[in-house]
Amino acid sequence: MMLKITDLNVHYGFIHALKGIDMEVNEGEIVTLIGSNGAGKSTTLGAISGLVKASKGKIEFEGENITNLPAYKVVSKKISLSPEGREVFPALSVEENLRLGAFTRSDKAEINQSFERVYDLFPRLKERIKQPAGTLSGGEQQMLAIGRALMSRPKLLLLDEPSMGLAPNLVLMIFDLIESINKQGTTILLIEQNANMALSVAHRAYVLETGKISLSGDAKELMNDPRVKSAYLGEIHET
Amino acid sequence: METFIGAVINGLALGMAYALIAVGYSMVFGVLRLINFAHGSIYAFGAYMVYFFISIQVGLFWSIMIAIVLSGILAMLVDKLALEPLRKKQSIPIASLITTVGVSFIIQNGLALEQVFTSEKKGFPSLNLFPNIMIGNLTIQSSQIIMFAVALVLLAVLSYIVNKTKIGLSMRATEQNARAASLMGVNTNFVISFTFFLGGCSAAIAGTLISGYYQIISPTMGATIGLKAFAAAVVGGIGVLYGSVVGGLVVGVVECIAAQYLGSNVRDPMAFVILILILIIKPNGLFGKKGVSKV
Repeated sequence: MMLKITDLNVHYGFIHALKGIDMEVNEGEIVTLIGSNGAGKSTTLGAISGLVKASKGKIEFEGENITNLPAYKVVSKKISLSPEGREVFPALSVEENLRLGAFTRSDKAEINQSFERVYDLFPRLKERIKQPAGTLSGGEQQMLAIGRALMSRPKLLLLDEPSMGLAPNLVLMIFDLIESINKQGTTILLIEQNANMALSVAHRAYVLETGKISLSGDAKELMNDPRVKSAYLGEIHET
Repeated sequence: METFIGAVINGLALGMAYALIAVGYSMVFGVLRLINFAHGSIYAFGAYMVYFFISIQVGLFWSIMIAIVLSGILAMLVDKLALEPLRKKQSIPIASLITTVGVSFIIQNGLALEQVFTSEKKGFPSLNLFPNIMIGNLTIQSSQIIMFAVALVLLAVLSYIVNKTKIGLSMRATEQNARAASLMGVNTNFVISFTFFLGGCSAAIAGTLISGYYQIISPTMGATIGLKAFAAAVVGGIGVLYGSVVGGLVVGVVECIAAQYLGSNVRDPMAFVILILILIIKPNGLFGKKGVSKV
């Protein structure tokens, strides 16, 4: 097992955002965490990546306790987050953004390989290599955010709402890319409001409701679960 | 005409040193969106350290080197001891601002203590290290040339660090989005400390250069010059490195010309006259970026 989360609790002041979450991610999987706005999806990824403090519980990565490790140290454990809203560095060039993604690495030849890999996945970024990231379109910024997260050569890639605000054809493209990144050997934990798409690419899924896991299991089975259908897939559940 | 050229040369030399102080404000503002009012007192501290080590017979070169490092460390400690705790508590920005004002008084008055350097002015060794240059009736002091050249080289070095090195890239990333920078593996606390260190070092160098020119130091020497350099940083557009250089030169030249023709009492207010005029025309400064606010 790659990632194991046990009884994870997070408080924001008086708000109890996560109320004891247990979940696991195995090597090679795409696991998705779905749920409505405010259910605690981003908080979960925040806690894993060290942006948010856990008030209770344990996060283990490859057998090592990484609970409340500061974010800049989590990256060197080979966990990388592409955050919600992309958060690219707007005044820095595409190349500099990617270079920052490889900040924890020092081998120049290997870093250059990662550059090539990212440019293979996202040829459009290569065309805009010297352009400030702030001038890219939303879709391109999303590619940059994912590419930047890949530059640390993560074993586990955390994706927070990669399809948010993108045109439908771009959404399809991003999900294709997620699958191919996974096939190249990167384990993925994906958060999505677009539950339909997320479940279609994922192997397993967890459903988060107001800070608790309400359902979990095989992604394809959950897709057909009437509770998921009515709540997240926008289908009317016939009784 | 010669007096005018003399004033301009004087102004360029002083202005370059102002620029060196101004970049300290600018860099700290860049990463923290904070005006570090303790900066002027670090400038005075640097000059006093040079004075001290020379007085105990450490040679000029090593006295300056030690003073630079100590000033860098002091600037870093100011942040670690007084400002970082406030950031951790997520206190309001104005709390950090008033803290830097307070720290500046603590350092300034620390220097002035009877047991330390006393509040009396002290003589500072001249930096006229080679003969003055005479062009017609015009004399250019070697300390002016040294001040200009050293400051220019250091500004180039700073610009290289910020724009071409890995630590510089992490500074620029932290400046734009500290949270995202930490997700890249950047230790933003280290970046902030490093920024204060660089600012402290450049303040000490400026302190040495200007003191070597005037050959006098006092514990309050950083107060006026600190504010002037801050004005220069804002004139150029705070957060923009080359803006500080242009701002420093403009302030230096204008105040020297004003002092030459209108009397020396006009010298100190000139920086703020320029500041007010520029801000009316260009609210973000000459090269300032839009949308940079906070304290």
